[in-house]
Amino acid sequence: MRYLPLTPEDRVEMLGAIGVKSIDDLFVDVPASARRDAPVDLPHHAGELEVEREMAALARRNRSAGEGPFFCGAGAYRHHVPATVDHIIQRSEFLTSYTPYQPEIAQGTLQVLFEFQTQVAALTGMEVANASLYDGSTGAAEAVMMAHRITRRGKAVMSGGVHPHYVGAIETLAHAAGVATTRMPAAVDAEDAVIAAIDADTACVVVQTPNVFGTVTDVSKIAQAAQAAGALLIVVTTEAVSYGLLKSPGEMGADIAVAEGQSIGNGLNFGGPYVGLFACKEKFVRQMPGRLCGETVDADGQRGFVLTLSTREQHIRRDKATSNICTNSGLCALAFSIHMSLLGETGLRKLAALNHQKALALRDALKTVPGVEILTPRFFNEFAIRVPKNAADLVETLANNGVIAGVPFSRLDAGAGLDDVLLVAATETTLDIDITVFAKALTKVFAQ
Amino acid sequence: MSMNNVGRPTRPEAANDAPASHATLTGARGLLQDEALIFELDGWNKTGVDLPDAAAPSDDLAGLLRAEPIGLPGLSEPEVVRHYVRLSQKNHAIDLALYPLGSCTMKHNPRLNEKMARLPGFSDIHPLQPTSTVQGALTLMDRLAHWLKTLTGMPAVALTPKAGAHGELCGLLAIRAAHEAAGNGHRKTVLAPTSAHGTNPATAAFVGYTVVEIAQTEDGRVDLADLESKLGDHVAAIMVTNPNTCGLFERDVVEIARLTHAAGAYFYCDGANFNAIVGRVRPGDLGVDAMHINLHKTFSTPHGGGGPGAGPVVLSAALAPFAPTPWLVHDDGGFSLAEHAGEAGAETAFGRMSAFHGQMGMYVRAYAYMLSHGADGLRQVAEDAVLNANYVKARLKDVMSPAFPDGPCMHEALFDDSWLEGTGVTTLDFAKAMIDEGFHPMTMYFPLVVHGAMLIEPTETESKQELDRFIAALRALAGAAKAGDTERFKGAPYHAPLRRLDETLAARKPRLRWKPVAAAPLAAE
Repeated sequence: MRYLPLTPEDRVEMLGAIGVKSIDDLFVDVPASARRDAPVDLPHHAGELEVEREMAALARRNRSAGEGPFFCGAGAYRHHVPATVDHIIQRSEFLTSYTPYQPEIAQGTLQVLFEFQTQVAALTGMEVANASLYDGSTGAAEAVMMAHRITRRGKAVMSGGVHPHYVGAIETLAHAAGVATTRMPAAVDAEDAVIAAIDADTACVVVQTPNVFGTVTDVSKIAQAAQAAGALLIVVTTEAVSYGLLKSPGEMGADIAVAEGQSIGNGLNFGGPYVGLFACKEKFVRQMPGRLCGETVDADGQRGFVLTLSTREQHIRRDKATSNICTNSGLCALAFSIHMSLLGETGLRKLAALNHQKALALRDALKTVPGVEILTPRFFNEFAIRVPKNAADLVETLANNGVIAGVPFSRLDAGAGLDDVLLVAATETTLDIDITVFAKALTKVFAQ
Repeated sequence: MSMNNVGRPTRPEAANDAPASHATLTGARGLLQDEALIFELDGWNKTGVDLPDAAAPSDDLAGLLRAEPIGLPGLSEPEVVRHYVRLSQKNHAIDLALYPLGSCTMKHNPRLNEKMARLPGFSDIHPLQPTSTVQGALTLMDRLAHWLKTLTGMPAVALTPKAGAHGELCGLLAIRAAHEAAGNGHRKTVLAPTSAHGTNPATAAFVGYTVVEIAQTEDGRVDLADLESKLGDHVAAIMVTNPNTCGLFERDVVEIARLTHAAGAYFYCDGANFNAIVGRVRPGDLGVDAMHINLHKTFSTPHGGGGPGAGPVVLSAALAPFAPTPWLVHDDGGFSLAEHAGEAGAETAFGRMSAFHGQMGMYVRAYAYMLSHGADGLRQVAEDAVLNANYVKARLKDVMSPAFPDGPCMHEALFDDSWLEGTGVTTLDFAKAMIDEGFHPMTMYFPLVVHGAMLIEPTETESKQELDRFIAALRALAGAAKAGDTERFKGAPYHAPLRRLDETLAARKPRLRWKPVAAAPLAAE
């Protein structure tokens, strides 16, 4: 077996050094009833070539985004990732290292995390950011729990523009901890409607911009209303590239900003692993979940970096910890950070403008299709359209014609009565010909 | 013999005049560069990405655009490559040397798995594209589930949790839902041993449970009498790690399960150490109701400097109906996903844990690892992991003090610090001196039940030669400590990229980001 260095002779010699006769002597503590004398009923080992064949056969049965016209967004976006990013994250020293518990021999990872935190703080316009969470949705749920700890209040209010799967992740965690949730009805352009639901027991208001329908909203007014009532404003963003063009959550008064960072440096990967961006006002830092990296000095006075404020965390505080989180999304955060360093401010602004331009071109093309209604008034790189038939059926039909048309809203929220709503996204990877083909295919289907 | 640039043999003797520890003038140390922060590299107007020009944003977005600079540096591609390669050289890695972090399982990460995860059919598919276009991905998830269920002897698995702690949360939420469905919502206590991972009590508290600790016996196992006395109608679950955090198999695990079930509670097993028994013992045969499996430990997906992980949870028949959405559903048309709790196929799901279907990238790697090893190879994995740990314990027991000297350990060997008594050297000092000898230290001060704990997990991917090298280094260090060479330990590390770091200062004056206006350098007080 190619991954196991011990030879049969080694094993015999080592058993001798231990002073036992056979390997079974080392498993004597296993109750007799649970010992298995033979391998379980699964195939035996396979060579690299065989494994590669089986995996490739499975991969071939998926239609990858790059194969043709593709317009899915709704929380995961197809962007170009520079070759440099994937090359660097596969360096042994980054790929095969552990959490930096011994900072003297983990300065590479730690300096990257410090840079990542600074980049995320700048993008979100917030004072501090952590070293990442699992993804945007779990980050949103953690943000609600953090607001609950800070305000000691028992309710979270969510707008009708928050991604329904984020709502699901928030509800799971909040309800488990006894925090009530109120969600406004799904609505394309009504983030402000949350203001009416704020009361004296509201710990936080959760809004999203651009929201799940793509609508961009200035949430400053909501921030003022929430804070006047003693609640925190949590601003969720699922498309991190939008930070390059739009007002940041910090500029609009957010207390906590949460985002899905997948768009920068990370592929679609069928939903994971992704990287949750999490930033807040500095005064809340001791209630923040997840790892934090901080600057310090070594015994010779040299600058260095360590994991810090760990008295918040489970391995120290156990049942009093701010969260049970033990890992971050280190390698995805590294990919994010490298891509960000390549882009720089110049590149990110350009990339964001390009995304917006592609989406405008998509809108203009779809607008000409008889039966299509554009629902989203202001958007970054995705928007909602109403179609004259069931959107899920439409997507299936178009997929059979080689076009992945987007995400039917019913896939996210089956009970909203929005079965005729389709979410479509365009990015810098979208070709003009893709847009033309999509519009033509739609026209043809509607004419049938 | 090395040659200098004019082709003459170098003469090391000539350098003997120089002081041994001469500080360099630039801060670099030979191959190790003194690399500035990306914000200090003057990249305010550069970019390493060529993009076409875009038109100005539409009027729709008037008033919504960013007005101020973001404050992000950018660099050309060669500068970026150099920055990160320089940083990478300051990391220890399993590809470099043994990485004996107990409970963390730092084993070799096969590169085939990386290659497979990058096939466009896996890496370039969207979680919400029509399920008819991702039948290969859903089939892979189904096969992975089949392997996990077969290896654990459990009837169901929830794949979505994103890490071990997320898996614990999933398991406890399923337990809670099962109790509530049965009218037992009043059960609010979770029992866990003092030796448990911090995530166990943190997770239990997070979902509103009160944690009560179970005592441990002299030989490092759950105290059955204490467990029995604490079980009752108020207990929702027990959380027990097996093999436990002392590296020992819970001999009475079947009895633990029986007592737990008799009291109407569920048995959550922390599966962080499943790598010690995979292919030899099925947790389902031990009476476990729920157990998370760290794919990044047992099935070798890379740790990546602290994640991403993946923590699927296997469930007993009693808990399976409550597993979170999405559920994989199979019918004549192939695979589909039940996305919403209450939907056909997921009627009793407790809810959703995250936006999509979990860590697909990790599923691909873990499945490739499983296929490579096969049922026979995975059994050998457990055996070699246990053999290596016992070998290390046997070869060190005369110079260090095993916490539980009697009987075999499983995949990790636990030592206490009694052998350091009187030397003036602490566990921490010893660990830092290991760094100078080229090894990553073992897990220190965990589990909490052993004084000055040192938990060594070599894993099955270390050769006997590397183990012998490691053992020789530790024996030499132990000898130095006992011989009074305390300076070697107190000041260590001397040869790492940095000397010992001031963690207290970092916590007292948190500096969590770079700022444009240079602050005064930090200095210890």
